[in-house]
Amino acid sequence: MKCVSLPGSELEPAFAGQVTEQSGVDINRCYQCLTCTLSCPSVFAMDHYPHQLVRLLQLGAKKEVLQSATIWVCASCETCVTRCPNEIDIPRLMDTLRQMAIREGVSGKEKTAPVYHRVFLKSVRQRGKPYELGMLIELKLRTRDFFSDLSMGLKMLLKGKLSLLPGRIKGYREISNIFRRSVEGQD
Amino acid sequence: MKYAYYPGCSQETTSEEYNQSALAVCQELGIELVELPDWSCCGASSGHATDYRLSHALAGRNLAIAEREGLDTAVVCPACFLRLRDTRHEVKNAASLRERLSELIGLPYEAKHDVRHLLDIIVNTVGIERVAEKVTRPLTGLRVVAYYGCYLVRPPELTGFDDPENPQTMDRLLKVLGADVVDWRGKVDCCGGGLSLTRRDMAQELVAGIRRAADEVGAEAIVTACGLCHANLESRQAREKLIPVFYFTELIGLAFGLDARPWLKKHLISPLTLLEKHGLLG
Ligand code: SF4
Ligand code: SF4
Repeated sequence: MKCVSLPGSELEPAFAGQVTEQSGVDINRCYQCLTCTLSCPSVFAMDHYPHQLVRLLQLGAKKEVLQSATIWVCASCETCVTRCPNEIDIPRLMDTLRQMAIREGVSGKEKTAPVYHRVFLKSVRQRGKPYELGMLIELKLRTRDFFSDLSMGLKMLLKGKLSLLPGRIKGYREISNIFRRSVEGQD
Repeated sequence: MKYAYYPGCSQETTSEEYNQSALAVCQELGIELVELPDWSCCGASSGHATDYRLSHALAGRNLAIAEREGLDTAVVCPACFLRLRDTRHEVKNAASLRERLSELIGLPYEAKHDVRHLLDIIVNTVGIERVAEKVTRPLTGLRVVAYYGCYLVRPPELTGFDDPENPQTMDRLLKVLGADVVDWRGKVDCCGGGLSLTRRDMAQELVAGIRRAADEVGAEAIVTACGLCHANLESRQAREKLIPVFYFTELIGLAFGLDARPWLKKHLISPLTLLEKHGLLG
């Protein structure tokens, strides 16, 4: 397990309060029992394990947490919160931290996941449903990853599992209104 | 027995065979599914990773349409199931969200109607006895493991119909279909489906773990109730000795004597040889 050493200057105690308020999760109840980490399928790819993330949040280590790989490699599998004796909703904390990182434009260690979410939602905003093929192509262009999964993509196309043309729901304008009102806070 | 049916986006594309087999099986069981008029994306993981207002509003629009129709909703995708249940739960428990949500979606919504997964409806409402009566081609000899993954059973406060550590709903169902269902340790492990496009390496690692668990008990196939898991388990298995992955609805259809070939042809890992070996395609 990696030891994290943080200079006091990097800690923002107010951050713990912001996370608690936005997520509704009482991080102070965590007593570092490690049940979450021992249950987590993604630890092998994490820079901070789930129990460490909670500790870092208690300390207000904002930059360390928002730039971490952990918040993007968490699979949102809900195992940790199901087993935590103190009902610490770590997946909800992960969401809150992802939302903060996206809002504040933090560039962290994992680049692809935030791009994926942006591309996915852009597609939903325009059509009410994602246009998968277009989305995959855009993701590839934006992450400059042209060759992985090409053969799988082709196989899916041949099986008729990816439609060539984008569809659109009738009420697509309702969806763009939902985006305007919720993400942009406009009426 | 009538439900508003929310197929979810991937049922129109990558998991079309799930949709088709689900509709066919419901017809056999007398479950009337009325497709939710002009349904839209539930927001999926991108919604809640980006903004909670947005994700509740995207899910809420569909819930409000079902409420207008006066029906409980049946869902097949566990990820959509959890999103819809989550928003319904929030609206029920926080009156403040109810008003804000209605403003965001421009529709009234009071969380009056339930949202249920089709597996729950078939086993707990239609009933396992009724399913058993319709079996004409028992899946004798087919050695399978029931894979639940994450969102059918977690978090239990939201999903609610089975045990989060040792669920049995699908096992019971597959047993009455005549399959040789074996207990295993991988049933609620995460397959990493949500990471399949952003961290393929992680998805491969997690799928390998599930495959090891299935191999330990000599399973010939894995059965799932999730389109995302299906795509991930099929496409992220290591190349050598692939094993097929079935939707539970396909196996019900097969046991009911329906023509399963059009569904099974869509699989990336063909299950036809395995089924022929057990004489289940005739
Ligand atoms: S399981 Fe809960 S209490 Fe234990 S370390 Fe993890 S978050 Fe803290
Ligand atoms: S929700 Fe995230 S942190 Fe919790 S166990 Fe799953 S992958 Fe790990």
